[in-house]
Formats: sequence, structure tokens, C-alpha cells
Amino acid sequence: MSAARRIQVHVLRHNPRDPASEPRLQSYEVEEAAGMTLFLALTEIRERRDPSLAFDFVCRAGICGSCAMLVNGRPRLACNTLTKDLPADITLLPLPGFELIADLSVDTGRWMRALSERLQAWLHARETEVDAARIEEPMDPDLADRIYELDRCIECGCCVAACGTAQMRADFVGAVGLNKIARFSLDPRDARGDGDFYELVGDDDGVFGCMTLLACHDVCPKQLPLQNQIAFLRRRMARAGG
Amino acid sequence: MKIVYSDVLVIGGGLAGLRVAIGVRRRGLDAIVLSLVPPKRSHSAAAQGGMQASLGNAIKGAGDNEDVHFEDTVRGSDWGADQRVVRMFVETAPKAVRELAAWGVPWTRVRRGDREVIINGQRVTITERDEAHGLLAQRDFGGTRKWRTCYVSDGTGHAMLYAVGDQAIAQGVPVHERKEALSLIHEGGRCCGAVVRDLVTGELIGYLARATVVATGGAGRLYRVTTNAVICEGIGAALALETGIATLGNMEAVQFHPTGIFPAGILVTEGCRGDGGLLRDATGHRFMPDYEPEKKELASRDVVSRRMAEHIRGGLGAQSRFGPHLWLDITLLGRAHIDRNLREVKEICQSFLGIDPAEQWIPVHPAQHYTMGGIRTRHTGESTTLRGLFAAGEAACWDLHGFNRLGGNSVAETVVAGTIVGEFVADFCESGVGDIDLPTALVRDAVAVQRAALDALLASRGTESADAIRVEMQQAMTDGVGIFRDAAGLESAVGRLEALLLRSRSIAVRERADGPNPELVTAYRVQRMLKVALAMACGALARLESRGAHFREDFPRRDDANWLKRTLATWRNAADTLPTLDYEPIDVDAMELPPGWRGYGARDYRDHPDTARRTAEVQALRDRMQAGDRREVQAALMPYRELLPARLQASNDRLEAPA
Repeated sequence: MSAARRIQVHVLRHNPRDPASEPRLQSYEVEEAAGMTLFLALTEIRERRDPSLAFDFVCRAGICGSCAMLVNGRPRLACNTLTKDLPADITLLPLPGFELIADLSVDTGRWMRALSERLQAWLHARETEVDAARIEEPMDPDLADRIYELDRCIECGCCVAACGTAQMRADFVGAVGLNKIARFSLDPRDARGDGDFYELVGDDDGVFGCMTLLACHDVCPKQLPLQNQIAFLRRRMARAGG
Repeated sequence: MKIVYSDVLVIGGGLAGLRVAIGVRRRGLDAIVLSLVPPKRSHSAAAQGGMQASLGNAIKGAGDNEDVHFEDTVRGSDWGADQRVVRMFVETAPKAVRELAAWGVPWTRVRRGDREVIINGQRVTITERDEAHGLLAQRDFGGTRKWRTCYVSDGTGHAMLYAVGDQAIAQGVPVHERKEALSLIHEGGRCCGAVVRDLVTGELIGYLARATVVATGGAGRLYRVTTNAVICEGIGAALALETGIATLGNMEAVQFHPTGIFPAGILVTEGCRGDGGLLRDATGHRFMPDYEPEKKELASRDVVSRRMAEHIRGGLGAQSRFGPHLWLDITLLGRAHIDRNLREVKEICQSFLGIDPAEQWIPVHPAQHYTMGGIRTRHTGESTTLRGLFAAGEAACWDLHGFNRLGGNSVAETVVAGTIVGEFVADFCESGVGDIDLPTALVRDAVAVQRAALDALLASRGTESADAIRVEMQQAMTDGVGIFRDAAGLESAVGRLEALLLRSRSIAVRERADGPNPELVTAYRVQRMLKVALAMACGALARLESRGAHFREDFPRRDDANWLKRTLATWRNAADTLPTLDYEPIDVDAMELPPGWRGYGARDYRDHPDTARRTAEVQALRDRMQAGDRREVQAALMPYRELLPARLQASNDRLEAPA
């Protein structure tokens, strides 16, 4: 068996709350192991080498969206990225577009909550009170599957980090926001119509701000059909606003 | 010192905590949710396969009802559960799943007509009913007599958490993210809030509330290999333990899931087997029917994991550089089924194993998965010993699962308990006992205690490393408190853990900053985790029988005569190095379903002296009321309905079962 590869992990270090902290890259050498993910590599660095290194992992299985970061320049989830798929030099930077907490840890939570509040991104039920002892309303099985397809967003923030418009417009809702609108507008249980959704995303901070660069579609770790959804939504919003 | 006031403080932003907060908010009270992470990142999102609720829409679920769900759950628990709580749960689960449908969860739906499914390795055609078309679908899961598990592909927990999280936002429930409770504030047997650390700034804040709800999930990270998220460290149980008053129930009851991917321990859902997947050994042989002819791969998790470990011990595991494992074969389900119903499984296999599960078998090994034990509460969710402290979900032991939880009953429990406990918390706040004086001096003292402990860690000249102690703790638990247990292994584990607890008092941190300092967090958490680990190990050492997931090789029989009781652990004094154990009897005479054989697993058990009499009583009553409505029979056997909040008492409608 060949000797294990040694990889160099270069991590941006900075604590914005510490006046003495200057952003810098710090390098750690790690011996690669079979099946090693960036979660395992960073955990090993923290347990054995540098207990101060800040990063966010929760599920470590690619389902919770906590660990998005720039991996050699590309936004992706660190937990399901295998080191063997990367070159021996790996540069990790915090996800841009979100407030930096420290090192690789960014505050996506507050951003996503503000987005949900702004877009009223929850199901607006037709009846306020359901009688849950009664048999549920039927739904077409295919439609349920299509809603789930859009419901799979994990709010990781990769689409925002990769977005050209978000670089220029601080209030742009991003693909994550547009996808949420697409999801609720597809759902017959939601009482809102296109006119209502137009009020939420019918402007340049919404669907008309998208320049169709579509990096969001390329980087989405859940492979959401963002390209199609944004195109559909733009057409419908243009109609609703016209 | 900052103090934040609210009616209700909810510690934990997963499904249970959020559902409690929504419930009390709807009753016109304020609730603040504390969460280590953004709430939609909680471990609830990892529930894949589904939520049990006896809707009976799918044809293989037809004829299901609360009675069947009740019996399955009690058998699954190996008669450790509180049967009244099980009744409350099975009655509320259909309401909870339907409420979630109204909140937007895109549940997978029944499609009318013929479809091919895999049952016991055979391809068979089943025909779904016209009248069920478009209603919530159910799939098969272990330890159930009907297909009962409602699901959203295999992203059920995610879809539920997003719908409930969105509702919390809609209701304006504030979530204080990246905040960690360090201690519960209490005086005179009354809990009134928590000391909380801001994980970004390091600031300590006092939270004062009329009711405090712990909904912090499980403790999987006490073990080296677990399906649990990295935040599932049993801290809620530790907070309760450190009050010296609240008790933990049945901490030795720890579930190992049969199908963690090997070696990482990441979960692949029981839905794989529910949908027809098989377990195979090194030779490709399907071995479960040899051990469990009745339920095969779909016996309860404790039984399947034990059989797998037994089979590996017999030298029949597949060998790999990381050690032996077994195979999960879902290739027979076909690519179309996997793409629609097992897509997370597919992604996990691709990302972490580099395999396509439609073509290749998945390497699996049992991994720690669930903490049946937790903060001991009454059926209302309130601690039996510390007033004003409530618990819900995996952090609680009210006690739905006894010594083994059925698949699909945990994510169901989160929303069911959240709904029920939310109502009782609101009742508590609205009643006279919910009043508190505002003891700001008490808060000041409680904050000062935590400040001093943190300062001592930051200034320590000790020689111990928090990370090293954590790894050794995980190893001790894995070695001694795993699937197979015996006196020697457990004594060794208790000894190692106790020594680690002593050593943890000399932890020094290299990084002295009080802001985002992961080493400091590990340090203060591992000190707490060790107490929970000791509650598990001591409970397991003391329990001289095998029940559910607690299996003693030196006492392999279930012993109802001596052990039909719940373990209670307390930590009397801060200076103690071991928990104090006590027991609470489970009354056979109050049972609707007296102890017997589970229908799978060992047939050999020792009866309680009351069992024969109670069994005869139950049978006589059933005979006498043979013609009666099933609800009347149930009420005569074990009244419970009035224990439920009034708005949850209505009987559930469902489709008529075909004749």
C-alpha cells in the first residue's frame, strides 16, 4: 500500500471581535486517511493541533447546511467533501455574504431568519384552525413530490455566496429566497396568489435582480432546480406586475 | 448583568422545543427559544424515514388504529414504557401529522391502483384504494404490525423541521441562537430559568421564566460512533442532574441503530429495510431469518442490532481495513424507488462511500442512535421533583419508549410531546403555581457560580486536556456500555468514567479567550457529559436483567419479578463522583397490556407475580365487552383520555378498513 498523502490545509483565521486580530492564513499539515472528509480533517486539527480553530458542523452528513465554506474558492458543504477529491493544498475561507463570527464560522442563521420574515416564507393557510381529528385534505401525489423537491433547501447559503447580484445588492434575496417563493406558490395549501408574491419579490432585490449568471444552480449541494425555478418565477412575476 | 424575562424559556430549538414554543405562544404567552445553532440545523432534521401515526391510508396500513400502535409501542419498549403516556401519544400522533400537513409538510401521498413493492425479499403487487388517493402514505418500519410510518421521501425530519420552524417565525417566536444554557436557576424546589452563555461573545446572561422547558435532544456523543449530530451531547440531562433535585429516568436504555454506515456511523434510514432492503453477511447470506423467523430484518432495533453484533462475533462479518461489518442490500428495490423514496440515502452513499446503492451493497454496522432515558417527568412533561422544570422529546423520559424505541416514534414524539407539553406549560403559567417572585439576587448568585467556574478553567494550571478526556470517555462508553454488557465491562467503565470525572476537574485550556473558544466549550461540556455517562453506566451495572436495548450477557433474561421498574438517577452533591440511584415501580395492575412475549426476540423471561392475575383480568373484561366499542373497552381497561389537554381528546377519523 502506498504511503498516505500529506495534505496542507490553509485556513483563514480571524476574530472580528478581537481588536488585535488580523486576518491571516494559517496552514496545518494533516495525514490523509481513507474516507477523510473536511469535517474529519478539521476536527483532527482542532483536537490535536489547534483547539482555538472555530468552525461549524452539526449533522456532518450533508443534511443540516451548517458547514458551507469556500473550499479552494468554491462554496460547498465541508462535511461531505472528501479530501481525496481535492489537491494536496486545500484553502478554506469563511462563506462570503454573511457576518463572520470567527475563522470559518459565519452567521447564516440570522440572515436566513431575516429573509424568512421579509418574504413571509411560511405557509399561509386558507383556514386558521384545522380540525386535526378529521381526515386530511388529499393532494396529488406528483404535486407533493414536486413541492418536496423545492422543500429540500437546507439554507446553507452557498447560493448567496456564489451569487453575482448578491455581491452588488446587499438586500438581494438570493436563490434561497426565490426558491422559497417558488415552493409556496406551487403549494395549493397556500392562500397567496401571484399578486401577493409579486409584492414580495417583484423588484430588483427579488427576481428581477437576478442576472442569470446561475452560479447558484451550479453550487447548490442539494441540486435544487434553481435555474428553472427562477426562470418560471421571473416570467410569472413579469405577468403579475404587468 | 443582563437578565432576560419571559413566561416560558425553551432550551433547544429542534422540533420538540419549537412546537412547545408555538403552543404556548398560541395561548397568549411569551416564549423564548435558546438554540446552540440556527434552529433549522437541529438534529431533528436528520430523521429520515418517517413518523408513526395510525392513519391507515396505505392498503398495508388498513385496519390500523391507536390500539395497534399502542400495543406495538409497548412491546417495543419491552414493557418499560408508561402505558398511559403511550396512549396519549398514539391518540395525538394522527392529529400531529395532520396539523403538519396543514402547515405545509409535503408528505408523500398514496397513489391509487397497482404498484410493485418488495416484501420479505419478494416482488409483490399491491393495490391502493381509490378513496385513499392523495392522502398521506405509510411505509413499513420495524416492530410494527401495520404500515404506519408517514414520510416525506427520506427527508421527513427536514421537512417537518422546516414547516415547524417556519410556523415559529410566523408566530414571532424569538430564537436566541448560539446561546448555551450552563445551569438551571432554582430555589426551594422551583426552577425559574437558566444561566446562559453567549457562544459568540462569551457573555453570561440570566434568563428568568415562569416555566423552563428542556428540549435538548439526546446524548449520542457520549459514544465514539453515533448517528447523532455533534451537538447531541446530553447537556440537557446534565443541566437537570446538576440541580441535585431533578432526576433522570432509565439512562441505561441506549439504542443502537442497525444501519449506521461503516465506519463513519452516519445513519441510513430504517426505511431501507421497511421498503424491502435486506441484511447480508460476508458470504452474501441473508442471515436475519435464521435468528428472527417472525419479523426478520424488521424486528425492533434492539433485537436486530444484537443479532448483527452476534453474527459479527460469529466471524461472519465482511472484513475491511476498519474492522468487520455487514451489508445492507437495497439493490432489489430498484433505481426508480431509490431515486424517489431513498434519495438522502443515495446521496450519503455517494458522498461518503463513493458507491451507488442501486448497484452496490452498503457497508453497515450498529451505531449509537437514541437515548430512551432522559429527564424524568410526569405525563404533563413536568419534572417529578423540580417544579417549573419541563422536558420534551428525546431529552425527556415521560416515559414513552421504555427500554427500546420503535423507529418512527421519535420524530413523532417530538411534535406530539411538543403539542401536549406546550398545553401543560401554558396551564402551569396561567395557574397560581406558575407565579414566581423575580429573584434577581438568585440570578446574580447563579451567574456568579458559572462565571467563577469559567474563570477557573481559563486560569487553570492543570494538566488535563479536555479533548483527550472526551475521547477517553467515548471509548469507555463504547467498550463497556454498548450492545452487549456484563458486570466486568460495566465495572471497568464506571471506574474509568469516575477517574475521568476527577481528572476533568484539572482541565486546562490553552486558548484563554472568552469569546468564540471551542476548547473552553469542550472543557465545560465534558465535565457535564461525564455525569450523564456515569448515570448510564451505573444504571446499567445495577440493572441485573436484560430488557429492550439493555442487554446483560450475565443476566440475559428479562426479569419482571425484580426489575419491572424505572431507574432514577440524581446527583446529590456537586462534590460527588457517582450518581445516586433509586427506583420507581411500574404497576402491572394498572397496565392495559400486561407483560408477555414481544412477538420477536427472546421468548424467555421471568414473570412478575401480578402478571398472571392482571392478564386474566384483562382477558375477562375483553370477553365481557366483546361486542362493545373498542374505545369503551380501552377506557374500561386503563382510563387515560382525561389526562390529555381538552383540545386533543377528540377521536381520530380514518378511512373504513376494507372488509
